[in-house]
Amino acid sequence: MDLSSISPTLLLASLIVAATPILLAALGELVVERAGVLNLGVEGMMITGAICGFAIAVNTGSPALGFVMAAVGGAALALLFALLTQVALANQVASGLALTLFGLGLSALLGQGYVGIKPPPTGKLDIPMLSDLPFLGRVVFGHDLMVYIALALVAAVWATLKYTRAGLILRAVGENHDAAHALGYKVVRVRILAILFGGACAGLGGAYISLVRVPQWTDGMTAGAGWIALALVVFASWKAGRVLLGAWLFGGITVLQLNLQAAGAAIPVEYLSMSPYLITILVLVIMSADKSRAPASLGRTFHASQ
Amino acid sequence: MTGALLTISGLTKAYPGVVANDDVSFDIREGEVHALLGENGAGKSTLVKMIYGLVRPDSGEMQLRGAPFAPAEPRAARAAGVAMVFQHFSLFDAMSVAENIALGMEKPPRLRDLAHRIREVSETYGLPLDPYRTVGGLSAGERQRVEIIRCLLQDPRLLIMDEPTSVLTPQEVDILFQTLRKLTAEGVAILYISHKLEEIRALCDRATILRHGRNVGTCVPSQTTARAMAEMMVGASFAAPARAPHATGAVALDVTGLSMPAPDAFGTALRNIHLQLHEGEILGVGGVAGNGQDELLAALSGERRSTGDAIRLRGRPIGRLGPNARRDLGLLTAPEERLGHAAAPEMSLTENVLLTAARRQNLVSHGFLRWPAARRFAGQVITAFDVRTPGPETAARALSGGNLQKFVIGREVLQQPGILIVNQPTWGVDAAAAAAIRQALLDLAANGTAILCISQDLDELIEISDRFAALNEGRLSEAHATRDLSLEEIGLMMGGAHGMEVAHA
Repeated sequence: MDLSSISPTLLLASLIVAATPILLAALGELVVERAGVLNLGVEGMMITGAICGFAIAVNTGSPALGFVMAAVGGAALALLFALLTQVALANQVASGLALTLFGLGLSALLGQGYVGIKPPPTGKLDIPMLSDLPFLGRVVFGHDLMVYIALALVAAVWATLKYTRAGLILRAVGENHDAAHALGYKVVRVRILAILFGGACAGLGGAYISLVRVPQWTDGMTAGAGWIALALVVFASWKAGRVLLGAWLFGGITVLQLNLQAAGAAIPVEYLSMSPYLITILVLVIMSADKSRAPASLGRTFHASQ
Repeated sequence: MTGALLTISGLTKAYPGVVANDDVSFDIREGEVHALLGENGAGKSTLVKMIYGLVRPDSGEMQLRGAPFAPAEPRAARAAGVAMVFQHFSLFDAMSVAENIALGMEKPPRLRDLAHRIREVSETYGLPLDPYRTVGGLSAGERQRVEIIRCLLQDPRLLIMDEPTSVLTPQEVDILFQTLRKLTAEGVAILYISHKLEEIRALCDRATILRHGRNVGTCVPSQTTARAMAEMMVGASFAAPARAPHATGAVALDVTGLSMPAPDAFGTALRNIHLQLHEGEILGVGGVAGNGQDELLAALSGERRSTGDAIRLRGRPIGRLGPNARRDLGLLTAPEERLGHAAAPEMSLTENVLLTAARRQNLVSHGFLRWPAARRFAGQVITAFDVRTPGPETAARALSGGNLQKFVIGREVLQQPGILIVNQPTWGVDAAAAAAIRQALLDLAANGTAILCISQDLDELIEISDRFAALNEGRLSEAHATRDLSLEEIGLMMGGAHGMEVAHA
């Protein structure tokens, strides 16, 4: 085994890229769950976003337009979930699972003509001076715009939930929907908006995989990233900062184990492949041992009875 | 202070199968405390929700200071000066006091300014409160202060209070009444809903009584007896529970040094509890909600296990036994929460009977359910306790609170327990049904059953209990003969001393 072949600069730089898809998806799901809705369809919305973004980017040649349409595609699938659970009052767990299966099937259908095509490259943000710095230039300033949008989104979600009235109302709806309704807040409207935001974020995360990370289209290419995002939200105790930490940890171990495989480590490949999932969940379980708890109305159906 | 603030004329609201309010008319004057009385299901809540804009009337109209008033949503009602303190507090446990209050305001100031104003108002009206504490850790009295201050910050003209004192100690009730009198002196009108007639006699200027959705009369409470008001509510006279004199027997249940950690972040730890329960006596356990009532019941019922020796049933250690084993030994329980704890909401009454009575009533043979026998037993409970329901196949959820309460108490009483533990046996139940439940408990005790009655209704405990003890922060006071205690002493036993002083203005 030759550990010297692993470059810390490259490792850190690719960690951030590897973490971005689940970071985006988890951030969206965090907002949805803080509003009291459990949407298990993250995987389905991600893969739908992945194919929507890929198809639009290939056809128009514009990755930016691809990302926008990926968000729209994810949100459209989320709207289906919102109608089922908030208007038709269907069970959230069953609807979410159905959404994942539906999204996987739909994306395979849409993606039939796109296998083996290369998407237009997403440009790196090239800031003169900063990008040329040794080490920091590659790790911090050498990424594409989506990485920074994702990081800005973490800060925005955190600040919105903590400091704004909209965030307060969203948390109130997730904490006790009956009380929020009694005070005159529109529970269903708040939840539908949150679900749409979650879908858009998941779509962006999916498109990041198909346009930047891989970049090409194959069936089922999200490969469980949506489920990791879901787990991340729970183990991050519904806190935006911890979601970021968890995503980086997961991304970091993913990249590290790939590097170790390449370096010929004497550990069977199967153990290395499962390690990101194991270690991320283990660390987050330990972190979530504090007193924080789920939004009290999470997963409960709201019905405005008299 | 004599002008009519709110005039209600001919309000009608019907739901499928039931007319909740039928042509209700009355008026509320500025600066008065107006009581709204009625049994469960008499239509008080619907009426109040219409005034607060949560429900729209089918017909009829309201006038606020002479101008038509038809709030489409609570926001509009609040803007017009109508505020409401809910019966089940509409608070958010995981948030701070200030955040909770901000949620009830149209245009809340910045959190820091709001905290400052909360302190100001809380001192003016004698309601001490820390804006930064998390609501989940507050006592029921403190939670109510949060709701009241939320209303007061909006300068209301009419304050609606739905059963505000049901969870307060006598001292907290006094503080609340002082606050309310201060408010009426400033010209605020208060619409006060309560079951507690003595309180209404002490506080309210006028009372409107509803029965089956109709206004059946208005009276001046201070000049009417509590009994006369109760009979107007029910529409008939009913017997007050009568206590037959009888001797108490040997110790049936002996609890020594029972301690238990809190089950979760918002629960209470039990600390070194000692009590002895004799055959044929009713031991009343008072205390403000959240001081360990649910935890005590869980420890005694077997939902949570303790060390074997801490709880002894006729000398036999049972601390490690589960609920079914304890039921076999004759220890039955009826917890407070009707839906979800005492009864499974979506299951029929027959199935609910099977859940606790399967073994004692022999409703199971060789692992198979004996449906006819279960149906018969459910029928017995329904008849004996006058449970108003179409039949034993009705889902528990479909019963009104009072009827379901009669059912869950009746289910245990008819199993002839040696020891019966009940928590809040008449919570949210109207006067006539409460009298029937109390009578059943007294009759059971007269036949030799040892009864432990946990309740937050002091009048109830004074009426039926032989001895009284109070829970405070998970500690149980020494039990004293109830008839030797004054209300003042009971209040002190309930440990009202903490956080009870009126803030110095």
